[in-house]
Amino acid sequence: MNEIIAFFEQNIEIIYLLTFAVFLGFEVISKIPTVLHTPLMSGSNAISGVVLIGAILLIRVTEPTNYFPLIMATLGIILGTINLVGGLAVTSRMLEMFNKKKRK
Amino acid sequence: MNIVILDGVLFIASILLIVGLRKLSNPDSASNGNSLAAVALGLGVLVALVYPLETQNNNYLYIAIGIFVGGLIGIISAKKVPMTAMPEMVSLFNGFGGLSAALISVVWMVNNNFAGETTEIGIVLLNLFLGLVAFIGSMVAYGKLSGRLKDEHLKIPFSTVVNIVVLLIAIGLILVFSYNGYLSTSQTILFSVLSLFYGITFVAPIGGADMPVVIATLNALTGITAAISGIITDNKLMLLGGVLVGSSGIILTLLMCKAMNRHVLSVFFGNFSDSKGGGNQVEGNAKEISAANLAIQLAYSQRVCIIPGYGMAVAQAQKIVKELEEVLERKDVEFKYAIHPVAGRMPGHMNVLLAEADVSYDKLLDLDEANSYLESTDVAIVVGANDVVNPSALEDPSSKIYGMPILNLAKTKNVIVLKRSMNPGYAGIQNPLFFKENTKMLFGDAKKSIEIILRELKDV
Repeated sequence: MNEIIAFFEQNIEIIYLLTFAVFLGFEVISKIPTVLHTPLMSGSNAISGVVLIGAILLIRVTEPTNYFPLIMATLGIILGTINLVGGLAVTSRMLEMFNKKKRK
Repeated sequence: MNIVILDGVLFIASILLIVGLRKLSNPDSASNGNSLAAVALGLGVLVALVYPLETQNNNYLYIAIGIFVGGLIGIISAKKVPMTAMPEMVSLFNGFGGLSAALISVVWMVNNNFAGETTEIGIVLLNLFLGLVAFIGSMVAYGKLSGRLKDEHLKIPFSTVVNIVVLLIAIGLILVFSYNGYLSTSQTILFSVLSLFYGITFVAPIGGADMPVVIATLNALTGITAAISGIITDNKLMLLGGVLVGSSGIILTLLMCKAMNRHVLSVFFGNFSDSKGGGNQVEGNAKEISAANLAIQLAYSQRVCIIPGYGMAVAQAQKIVKELEEVLERKDVEFKYAIHPVAGRMPGHMNVLLAEADVSYDKLLDLDEANSYLESTDVAIVVGANDVVNPSALEDPSSKIYGMPILNLAKTKNVIVLKRSMNPGYAGIQNPLFFKENTKMLFGDAKKSIEIILRELKDV
């Protein structure tokens, strides 16, 4: 029991942040029109490419001679970047299509 | 650089990300929102590159190679993919994000010699599990969407039971390993294999009309792993971004379930594809119509409505449908599109497809608008849709889809179904619509059929 309380005390900042972020997420995205379901999905999918940041932070503290984690982290960076860059590019392509029509 | 400045930049990036996502949910500002999100994430990456860390091995060469290769692949595939293949592409990208998150766990474990505090190990293993499930699940979804995997190849006996048992084992292992604060290399590998196995049994039995739900859920899952990875690497932007993606994915999942009048749990544990549809057998003769007759009928109609479905994407018929719209509008026929929220294999699938063919917004009717419009429509043409127009949802309590809101064609004067053959739809459910008094079938490839109609229309 004491351990659990200690855990909450140590991580109170992150628990706050997590809770607020969940509410924020639901508020920010509720009431999306059907037209935007796909762009929102591919856009938010691109945002999950933030994992790239984690891979960068970890590879920076990895021993330069320890090849297995180096390669794994590089692979993580590659995949994260594909997710991020590809997702953003696809979303902007889709949204351009919607805009092009509007101007007509 | 001063750590305060870097933290400040990260804070600004977080706000940009929230504003960007907010703008992404409004049609007028969506483009802006996407750019803002890109700026936010770019700033986050820059900060991560220079942030002072305990050990500064940096390994910048590897990072540069990774970003270059990933960026190149990402841009090229994003430019090349046809709009019709969008659901597959989103799944594939999503899977990569999940695997990337799982690799973060792997690297953390190797760097920390597979040991740590109880909470650390628990979080890292949870991340490994969810990341791998998101990865393999997205790959299975990709296979299904691109037609490489057929639903019947993926029948797993007692999948619901297997699912729950494997999930419980995984949770148990996470608890045990984190209590020990240590696990061996082989245990890590075994745990990874178990995670991958769960990912397959989780997604494999769900198919057909439930696909949009799965896609949205996998999206949410990757967001959640991104958030957990943010906890592991102590990065607030990742945590925030991940949670936002997770929430949007969950909202979309619930929206899709609502559109099908199904409970979330019944999608994941109900085994839609296990039973062969249920419902009463429908008997009767379907009437056929020729393309030439249909052309004449269309030319003398006042209101025509297209009901698109996944079949339109498969037949690549969206451009030719748009041509039909133009030809008929020149003949003073009112022309609309009725869009069911779960038509297609991805949330909003039909909207993207029709946007690609330059169909304008105001011609797209959502479910409620469409249903009142269809009551006074002369000819409704069903192009590759099936379950979303199945009257069993209204009439047959024994049917699997009973209670799902559908596009109701009962009062429409003439219903024309473009279809390859009499086979039941993706969900394996008989469709009594084909035998209704006001329904006629036009067999053949949708694109070719409409081409013939267009040719005939020139002579009318």
